[in-house]
Amino acid sequence: MANSSAGKRDSAGTQNPPMAMTPMSFMAPAIGWLIPGAGHLIQKCYIRGALLMASIVSMFLLGLAMQGHVYKANGGDILDILGFIGDIGAGGLYILTQVNKWGEGAIAHATADYGTKFIIVSGLLNFIAVADAYHIAIGKKS
Amino acid sequence: MNLTLSHFSAAVLFALFTSVVFGITQRNTSREQIRYGLWCFPMFVGGVILAGWVMWILRR
Repeated sequence: MANSSAGKRDSAGTQNPPMAMTPMSFMAPAIGWLIPGAGHLIQKCYIRGALLMASIVSMFLLGLAMQGHVYKANGGDILDILGFIGDIGAGGLYILTQVNKWGEGAIAHATADYGTKFIIVSGLLNFIAVADAYHIAIGKKS
Repeated sequence: MNLTLSHFSAAVLFALFTSVVFGITQRNTSREQIRYGLWCFPMFVGGVILAGWVMWILRR
């Protein structure tokens, strides 16, 4: 539970303020997942949102430009499953690749392998950005 | 489009983008975020160089 510590005392003995579960605490992570950085932008954190968006989108697009492979949902090799979990973190960018059938080639050279890792890591970074947007929405972080 | 990067340039770009995201998400104030991002970047790049030398030693 995200607000399980609400009203409890921490180790220093001070009272923690209760964390607010508002519509924003649901919307910010959802929009942040779909459009990297947008979870911060809708909470008026414009510079942070723009930097997150630029970093995550650039990393994903560079990965695609390096002929990186985009994993699909699969039940095969554990590394393929983990690759899919990382890729899907990019949200709307992942959906865009599936619609346009991008990143379907085999990993034929070293640069394509770097590209594959860029795509996976951009998705994982977006997961962190989504968690950060949620923390801002519930008031845990300013 | 087929972009070809060397291992080092790919690592520097990786370090740049990851440092930005880590800096923003792992610290609270703007000053701390900038400081943490600036600390992460050389750690990532230095880690790549260190790992390269370790692999060179292991290969010998």
